[in-house]
Amino acid sequence: MAEAIITPHVEEPKKKAPAQGDETSLITGSEAIAVACQLADVDVITAYPIRPYDTVMQYVAKLVANGEMDCEYIVAEGEHSQFEIVKHASACGARVFTGSSGVGWMYAMECLTVTPSLRIPMIAMVGNRALDDPGAFGVEHNDALAVRDLGWQLVWVDSAQEALDTALIAYRVAEDRRIFLPCAISCDGAFLTHSQGIVKIPSRAKVDAFLPRYDRKDLLLHPDNPITVAPQANEDWLMEIRRGTAAAMERSAGVIREAYADFERIFGRKYGNPFFEEYMTDDADVVLVGMGTLSNPVRVAIRQMREEGKKVGFVRLRWFRPFPAEELAKSLGRFKAVGVIDRDFSLGSPYHSGVVATEVRTALYQSENRPQVVGFICGLGGREVTLPDVRKMSEIVSQAASGKPQPATQWIGLRE
Amino acid sequence: MGRLYAVEIVYRGIFQKNLAKNISRAIVLAAHKEGKPGISFGRYGDSPERNGIPAKAFAIVATDEQTLEEGMAKYEPTQVDVSICVDDTLFKGVESWAWYGLQPINKLVKPGGTLIVTSLEEPAALAEMAHRKEAPYQLAVIKAQPSFSGLWVYKDDHTDVRILGAIARVCPELFSLASVQEVIRKDTKDELKATSALRSFERVTTYEVQPTQGNPEEPYKFEMPKWHEMRDGIAIPSIAPGHKMKDPITGTEGGFQPARNPTFKKYATRTMRPVVDFDKCIKCTLCWLACPDSCFDVTPENLYDANLEACCGCGVCEAVCPEPNCVTMVNETHFSDNSSQWQAYRKDAEGYKANLASLIATRPERSHGFRFRGQYEEQVPAIIQAAEAEQQKQTQA
Repeated sequence: MAEAIITPHVEEPKKKAPAQGDETSLITGSEAIAVACQLADVDVITAYPIRPYDTVMQYVAKLVANGEMDCEYIVAEGEHSQFEIVKHASACGARVFTGSSGVGWMYAMECLTVTPSLRIPMIAMVGNRALDDPGAFGVEHNDALAVRDLGWQLVWVDSAQEALDTALIAYRVAEDRRIFLPCAISCDGAFLTHSQGIVKIPSRAKVDAFLPRYDRKDLLLHPDNPITVAPQANEDWLMEIRRGTAAAMERSAGVIREAYADFERIFGRKYGNPFFEEYMTDDADVVLVGMGTLSNPVRVAIRQMREEGKKVGFVRLRWFRPFPAEELAKSLGRFKAVGVIDRDFSLGSPYHSGVVATEVRTALYQSENRPQVVGFICGLGGREVTLPDVRKMSEIVSQAASGKPQPATQWIGLRE
Repeated sequence: MGRLYAVEIVYRGIFQKNLAKNISRAIVLAAHKEGKPGISFGRYGDSPERNGIPAKAFAIVATDEQTLEEGMAKYEPTQVDVSICVDDTLFKGVESWAWYGLQPINKLVKPGGTLIVTSLEEPAALAEMAHRKEAPYQLAVIKAQPSFSGLWVYKDDHTDVRILGAIARVCPELFSLASVQEVIRKDTKDELKATSALRSFERVTTYEVQPTQGNPEEPYKFEMPKWHEMRDGIAIPSIAPGHKMKDPITGTEGGFQPARNPTFKKYATRTMRPVVDFDKCIKCTLCWLACPDSCFDVTPENLYDANLEACCGCGVCEAVCPEPNCVTMVNETHFSDNSSQWQAYRKDAEGYKANLASLIATRPERSHGFRFRGQYEEQVPAIIQAAEAEQQKQTQA
């Protein structure tokens, strides 16, 4: 162990993250999340390699090997065990981290389904990857979205800085006794997992001020707190159990808001509305909506179109679960038409749309102002969302806004 | 609206599953012969069944389709015309494994409805074993050893057809003897089985049970908590460790009694119970070690007392005990309480031993699912032989 190079910490010597002020570093989104785990002093980390998630496990392994991070780092024999191990460790009071991608995430599905019901605040990084077949490394959001009904909190980020910050926020929210639900942080494969950016790494003092230690309280699985977890329970109990999990998810939005407010106070970085970020929407006639790193080409294309006098804006959705239905409906109600860019598919869904478009339409149905919603399937399998793609989508949405009926779902960037 | 008929069959899980299914199917088929539609089903909450744990099957029949549909709108009937109990030890109450507390065996029987049971006990004794009911009901007894002949596989001992014959007698509007015999002949191609149904039709005795008869105890139950009263994360408190036991005579403390779930008792899971001759115990601990339900309390003098709130009557203790006649399984119907044998022994050793000797001497050997297989190997062949002889005699006459 290279103990000599590590800054000692008097009170809790096992913490190895920088103790002094903020530093900057050139790291990928995955590495930023690994640094967040280091700062959060995560106790148990499990791993099983699959691209592009493996970038985070490699960086954690490096931190551990360099003596810069002290945790139980377990490489499991498959994703199912990988997620089971941290589920049990979390039940015993350990702060945990894990993650996967694509079909690896799906292989863990049994564990993913039970984790919310057991109220386990597991934090996972999903390096978004297309589901097999065909075997493909590029980004699609269907992997993380597969758990959207199960009680997982789901958040998408678009920069390495946001990845680090959101990981800290995710621990704060998930480990809040009012919540105790898992949270998956989605990072687009390649565009975020393999792209390095300058990231401000906060001091551990700030992180400690923001993030209390994980205290499982009455649900701690420990000989001093004898409980039985997950006994067989049939029709006389299940609805009540589901209602309890639902109530935790209903409380989540409020706790997320609190966490972002505290984050801003302690770290001085502002995210504004935690749930979605608006870009050039103030005077927009039409907007595009999307999640993840497609925000980059969309913002650039919008700036170009603005110069041509086209009033286009962009809404980047961060939190997909809990879904900010009322707030988003209120915001989108200001525009004449909305185009939703899905980097996913939902075959056979209403209008054969993507997942996000379907949710946006649902959110809007109850609202007074219901703009036209056009769904776009774009950027599947890691295909780039190009500037011309964005212009084309904006054009279609503008047509819809001017009263020319448009097909409800269109595939963009497709060879046809 | 037409007339609806509901029949329930209360049985011991796995061991009597096929028996219950045969009965409920034949009820529907026999009624169908008379133009009545119906359906038959096992209670889903009992599945997957556990060895010997009380379970239920239902047959619902109506005079027309619409009435049947109205009857089925409530999946599990709240009242039945006929309740069938294929094991008399269930008269003490029904505790399904999905857990609803203890349900009286006669709970669903309509006022004036009939409870049919296969038993060698006297009707009055059976009526006392069941819980009291506000309105009178009929008790129909088919003299028979409760059928455990097949254990895990169904071995026919005519119990099914005898019950069907009895139904034709006590509820002729559901189906006639002729209809059910027709079904039996078609299903089994065995005239002897049709005759068994006839004999049962002729011989079944009915007895009116009055509201003054029966076990006056309030069956134990518990309130289901509301969703916000339940602990998060599907977590329930574990049972605390145990405590020492106290000798009822000397007050000496010692030994160990494990704490147990106060809302999960196993009174009704037994067909037999272990009785212990404490003077023969060599304190080898084998019963205590082998018991799958940790039902043995360790007394201050290190004897082993089968706690009857926790015993499910499997008989493993008797099987592993190396000492002859130390642990003996006896018929559960002989008991009206679940009190400690060790306490009785400590208070009056001689009286206890005399009672023990009589219990063992008079017990009818019967199945408790795990050990005794004599019912099929010895008793059923004897019954069939007698029936065949009688059949031959009748043919000759």
